[in-house]
Amino acid sequence: MIKKIFFQFIFFNFLFVKEVFAAESGGMPQLNPEFWISQIFWLTLTFGIMYIVLSKLILPKISANLELRKSQIQENIEAAEKQRESSESKLKEYEEIILKSKLKAKNIFKDAREKALKDINSKKEILDKQIDEEINNAEKEIETLRKSAPKKINKIAIETSTELLKKLIGAEVNNSSISAIVDDLAKREREKYYGS
Amino acid sequence: MAANPMTQFEVYRIGPEIKIGTFDISFTNASLFMVISSLAILVVFNLGSKKNSLLPDKLQLLAELSYSFVSKMISDTAGTKAKPYFSFIFSLFMFVLFCNMFGMIPYTFTVTSHIIVTFVLAGFIFIGVTIIGFLKHGFGYLKLFVPSGVPLVLLPLIVVIEIISYLSRPVSLSVRLFANMMAGHTMMKVFGGFVVSLGIVGGWLPLSFSVALTGLEILVAFLQAYVFAILTCIYLNDALNLHH
Repeated sequence: MIKKIFFQFIFFNFLFVKEVFAAESGGMPQLNPEFWISQIFWLTLTFGIMYIVLSKLILPKISANLELRKSQIQENIEAAEKQRESSESKLKEYEEIILKSKLKAKNIFKDAREKALKDINSKKEILDKQIDEEINNAEKEIETLRKSAPKKINKIAIETSTELLKKLIGAEVNNSSISAIVDDLAKREREKYYGS
Repeated sequence: MAANPMTQFEVYRIGPEIKIGTFDISFTNASLFMVISSLAILVVFNLGSKKNSLLPDKLQLLAELSYSFVSKMISDTAGTKAKPYFSFIFSLFMFVLFCNMFGMIPYTFTVTSHIIVTFVLAGFIFIGVTIIGFLKHGFGYLKLFVPSGVPLVLLPLIVVIEIISYLSRPVSLSVRLFANMMAGHTMMKVFGGFVVSLGIVGGWLPLSFSVALTGLEILVAFLQAYVFAILTCIYLNDALNLHH
């Protein structure tokens, strides 16, 4: 379709051009002064009207539009800047608060630790004392027991040996002589065990 | 059998003949495209400035980008003193640009391909800049023709050259735009004629040239408008900030 129109156009153009060509005498139409005055007149008129309308009505409007947009954008940028500053200061405040609370937490932790350490120390001292006391008591008991033990052993030894002798010989043996022998033995034995 | 590539530049009357005194000011196809270009500029920039949303739509973006583009161009070349002339240079740039661009549409008329149009614009700029220069600096503006640091022997020659170059400004400004537009459109027409005469067999090569040239011409259309505006800024800079 477009092709057809295109070729038709070229064809008719060709006819038209031939017709014009026959009537043309040559030379530059620009240098023909026949319509110079008309052109000057219409140029002055159209250009003048266009210039007046443009300069009085349209260009000030465009200029005002541009200025308005510029100022609006400037205002927006300023507002954004302000908000950014405020947010930055808030961020700083927030960071300060965090720092302060961190310090506080640290102090509290330190105090608590010291307190706990003190408590533990005091309790430990008390416990140590108690333990020492109990150890002393136990040692004393052991000492008394140790001290009383040879006598008891001697006594038991004397009694058993008298019983043994009674059963073996069937006669009463003098208690005092047995005790003397046992004491003697015990002394020797004790020297052996405890190294006097 | 190529068609005459100059027929596209012919001006013809649309509607009745209008005369003021002995002057013929009839509405022509050139006038039609001047009106179309001006109206298009007004419509585009009016729609582009109607509502001001923080996130511009396409037309608003177009209008604001054009505004800042021209504004930057002026402040770069002519400094802050040129601010009062912003509207004029903006209108000038847009008018030339839209006329050039409308000329790129097939079967349209290119207003700026006529020497009289570009010469009127350039002449107006030249006279305006000269008046501004004399108003700002008085006769000190003539120092423009006396560059500093030139040996006294060479001075008469230099002054003559400077004056000639100053006076040729409107000519160079207008001829540059007119010749660029005319040459481009003529070339495109010639290649188009080749396409027709070579037919479907051999026409593809000039057709591809024509396509490439269209791209180039769109670039030239923008570039010439830009050059026209920036040269105006440079002349204005000379008048505002005399630094010779």
